[in-house]
Amino acid sequence: MIRALVRASWVALARDRTALALSFVLPIVFYSIFALVFGGDQRARMPRVNVIAVDEDGSPVARRLLAALAAEPSLRLHTAPGSREGEPPAAPFDRVSAEAAVRAGKVPIALIVPEGFGAQRPDFVGAGQETTPLLLLADSANPIAPQVVKGMVQKVSFTVLGDLYLGAGVEALDLWGVDFTPAQRERLAELTEYLATREEGGNATKGSSGPGGGEMLIPVTIRDLTGEEKERPLVTFYASGLGVMFLLFSAAGAGGALIEERESGTLDRLLSTRLTMRQLLTGKLLFLFSMGFVQISLMFLWGQLVYGVDLFGHLPGFLLMAGCTALVTSAFGLVLAALCRTRKQLVAVSNLVILSISALGGSMFPRFLMPEGLQKASLLAFNSWALEGFLDVFWRGQPLTAALPEAAVLLAWSALFFAVALRVARKWERV
Amino acid sequence: MPAVEIRSLARSFGALRALDGIDLDLHAGEVLGLLGPNGAGKSTLVRTLTGRVRPDAGTIRLLGEDADAPGARRALGYVPQEIALYPLLTARENLALFGRFQGLEGAALREAVARGIAFSSLTDRANEPIEPFSGGMKRRLNLAAGILHRPRIVLLDEPTVGVDPQSRERIYAMIGELAAGGAAVLYTTHYMEEAERLCDRVAVIDHGRVIAVGSRDELVRATIGSDQELVVDVAAPFPSALETALTALGARLAGQRLQLATAEPAAATARVLDLCARHGASVTNLRLESPTLQRVFLHLTGRELRE
Repeated sequence: MIRALVRASWVALARDRTALALSFVLPIVFYSIFALVFGGDQRARMPRVNVIAVDEDGSPVARRLLAALAAEPSLRLHTAPGSREGEPPAAPFDRVSAEAAVRAGKVPIALIVPEGFGAQRPDFVGAGQETTPLLLLADSANPIAPQVVKGMVQKVSFTVLGDLYLGAGVEALDLWGVDFTPAQRERLAELTEYLATREEGGNATKGSSGPGGGEMLIPVTIRDLTGEEKERPLVTFYASGLGVMFLLFSAAGAGGALIEERESGTLDRLLSTRLTMRQLLTGKLLFLFSMGFVQISLMFLWGQLVYGVDLFGHLPGFLLMAGCTALVTSAFGLVLAALCRTRKQLVAVSNLVILSISALGGSMFPRFLMPEGLQKASLLAFNSWALEGFLDVFWRGQPLTAALPEAAVLLAWSALFFAVALRVARKWERV
Repeated sequence: MPAVEIRSLARSFGALRALDGIDLDLHAGEVLGLLGPNGAGKSTLVRTLTGRVRPDAGTIRLLGEDADAPGARRALGYVPQEIALYPLLTARENLALFGRFQGLEGAALREAVARGIAFSSLTDRANEPIEPFSGGMKRRLNLAAGILHRPRIVLLDEPTVGVDPQSRERIYAMIGELAAGGAAVLYTTHYMEEAERLCDRVAVIDHGRVIAVGSRDELVRATIGSDQELVVDVAAPFPSALETALTALGARLAGQRLQLATAEPAAATARVLDLCARHGASVTNLRLESPTLQRVFLHLTGRELRE
């Protein structure tokens, strides 16, 4: 009896081609997309961290350090804003413009080599001297970048600034009473010179003072520009990411009302009245839009009340992004509903599409951690623009105008989706 | 001028010829029954009239105008086979919504909604969501929602499916009121009794073609004549000798039932009872039936309506 039941279920599934395809193609598609997004594809290039470098020190040590960092394959150093072909080269970044670029989300981190950095002595003995640390200005939306840059600074300090450590080490040993013979001192001096010239082709300043000590050999201070004023920055980040994903699911589900209209016969009746398909879809779009707007507003309001998300501090930007996001997700929901014949199909297709574009667009996993090619491809996922807009407003504390490009892109997507939904739905209008 | 004039209407879906050259007229104040089994093409014809199905060939004129002319279909009121209402809205809200879609506003809309509530006899429940309403109540409201704008042509697609007898009576009365008000009513059904009772004329449709059209009496005369049908049931299967004798009389035998069309019912009844008595067949039931559309349909199509 149970065998018959199982057999009947398999036969029914085999005869429903769409369900069959979705049942067995879906897991493969899902797996591939997530593997790609989460970096499972070893062939994909791992992302390089974009770093703005500002050399306020101008010392040979600073130059050697930055040159070595520029040669690191995991970093991409920018000393001046990119200029277009034919234009004069832009002025180099300074501390102010670098900070502005990080705040605007153009790069995740800036490295400032402060004045006096190259003139300080390393402190192996814990003398407690004043140090001039390197300064990292970070966007905490990307928690990886500061750690990568910090690690790279330590790495290159060992590989290219070995002479400084050696000099400082000898001085420390002197202080501790180690009595080098003249011959030993000569050998150490030769070694120091070799280490200095090896890295800079003879331009090294032999015997120059090295950086100060502390727990790290190169002291580094990290300043979180975007998260420093927030009580719970991650909550803000996920309010944006999940908010966009939730709206997609919500719009797709509610868009299914269109399928219900068709199945229940009300569509036949509606279209036998003076109502046109364009009016019907516009009505549905406005309903979905208003519902989505209220939903995301409630979500952020709850975030403000319970988790300290600063909604009222960013109200104009929120209204802009919530409106554009609710509109684009509504229009997208209509496209899905228009393309699917049944509720069942809608559920399967929307799960596949929404989870995929949410992963791709950065709702689940930050875009900056994706392989480079995928980061570019993710701009094709309209939700990535929504997420970026929310991050501009809430994370980076940018003015309303900073989110206007994202808003414009979302409006363009909305128009495109609505046009597609209308074109598809017109096929039902008259069979 | 007919309110609806259909000429050579054809539509195929793949290999299936759903409408195969339909010619039909519908006049003001008339209820025309569209009678046919499932899949005969009734709903396709109605959906073609509403504009939801595009014909491959043929013409439809509504009140003298081409059906695709701007505004021509505003004369139509359509009541679909499904309960095409919003279950979570009240009866009044449903009517107001569909009235609005028909272009009614303000006082005209309020008047139409009040008329619809009264028409569907739902005054006491007008402000309740319709989800828990009985099938009959929903059907009445479904009908009222289609005629709020006082259409001159009303298309009813099986409006009494799954309805209790009381509501059915009310729906019949509603349809009568519409026709009395001058509307041309096209009524699709596969209930013979409804067609006989309600319709001034009946069009029998099968395989996408109108195979007969006329009043009940006209159809009867043109097909099976005015013969009555004698039906006799016996207690045991007919003995072969009796079977031969009855068949010779022109009777049709099936199981333990005999049917015989006759213009002289008294004489035929006497002959049949005499033969049964002589062959020892015990008669358990006997009745005479006047000619029905059921028999007309059987005669025309060779099959029962519900096959």
